[in-house]
Amino acid sequence: MKARVHIMLKNGVLDPQGEAVRHALGTLGFSGVNGVRQGKVIELDLADGTTEATVKDMCEKLLANTVIESYTIEMS
Amino acid sequence: MKAAVIVFPGSNCDRDLAEGFRQAGFEVSMVWHKDTDLPKGMDVIGIPGGFSFGDYLRCGAIAAQSPICRAVVDYAHKGGHVLGFCNGFQVLCETGLLPGVLMRNAGLKFVCRQQALRVETADSPFTNAYSKGSEIMVPIAHHDGNFSADADLVKRLRGEDRVAFSYVDNPNGSTGDIAGILSENRRVLGMMPHPERACEPTHGGTDGQGVFKSLTEVLALA
Repeated sequence: MKARVHIMLKNGVLDPQGEAVRHALGTLGFSGVNGVRQGKVIELDLADGTTEATVKDMCEKLLANTVIESYTIEMS
Repeated sequence: MKAAVIVFPGSNCDRDLAEGFRQAGFEVSMVWHKDTDLPKGMDVIGIPGGFSFGDYLRCGAIAAQSPICRAVVDYAHKGGHVLGFCNGFQVLCETGLLPGVLMRNAGLKFVCRQQALRVETADSPFTNAYSKGSEIMVPIAHHDGNFSADADLVKRLRGEDRVAFSYVDNPNGSTGDIAGILSENRRVLGMMPHPERACEPTHGGTDGQGVFKSLTEVLALA
């Protein structure tokens, strides 16, 4: 089984990298990009029976820094 | 006096840090990240600068979960002295020993230069050899040194006199120009600048020696 963890900076946390991407898109002529937020996706290949609660524990302890980052988990 | 310097894969200021301690009169043990225990009788633990574990995931995140860091956290909780410079500061924030987060520099660029710092408090085991309000020159070299904290945390750090150093000309966007902070018991220091790289005239300056000297004064009294 697999889990996919999406990690994003929380709302209100300044994302200078996203801002640089937004600026670059504007330079390329893409108008109307009001904002860009950059995050990361972590795919986990897990032993059968691993629970979402365990993945949540992984996020809390290592995968995300919950001071500034939020995460969502997709189990499949 | 005895100091331990933790070495992670990717640490690159570990020997500089050891030299800083030695010059101040410490006997230094280098401790590998896979060790589970610190050597006995240490007076201070140093977490060096560098790029532990290649900065994978987040700077300092993987180092903070290494076996030796559990021992460092226990040591700090028992009242031991711990300091972390640059990547060491990032590691200390990731362990939770210090609050806040080091994010990508506001200008997105790696900054490497001599930096003026203001000593914000002389009331700590790491800053008592300086006078409050004085300015020192110490190198900085980092990509993720933008200390980020919410208004409440900044207010608390200032109210409790826990800002050790601030930038005179903010190089990275750090909240409140904060360059280095102390733990609640004042025995853990984290800072982005590199005092260990300003310890002898050939470094271009010796303003960093004060951090090590301060420790020797406190430990001599203990």
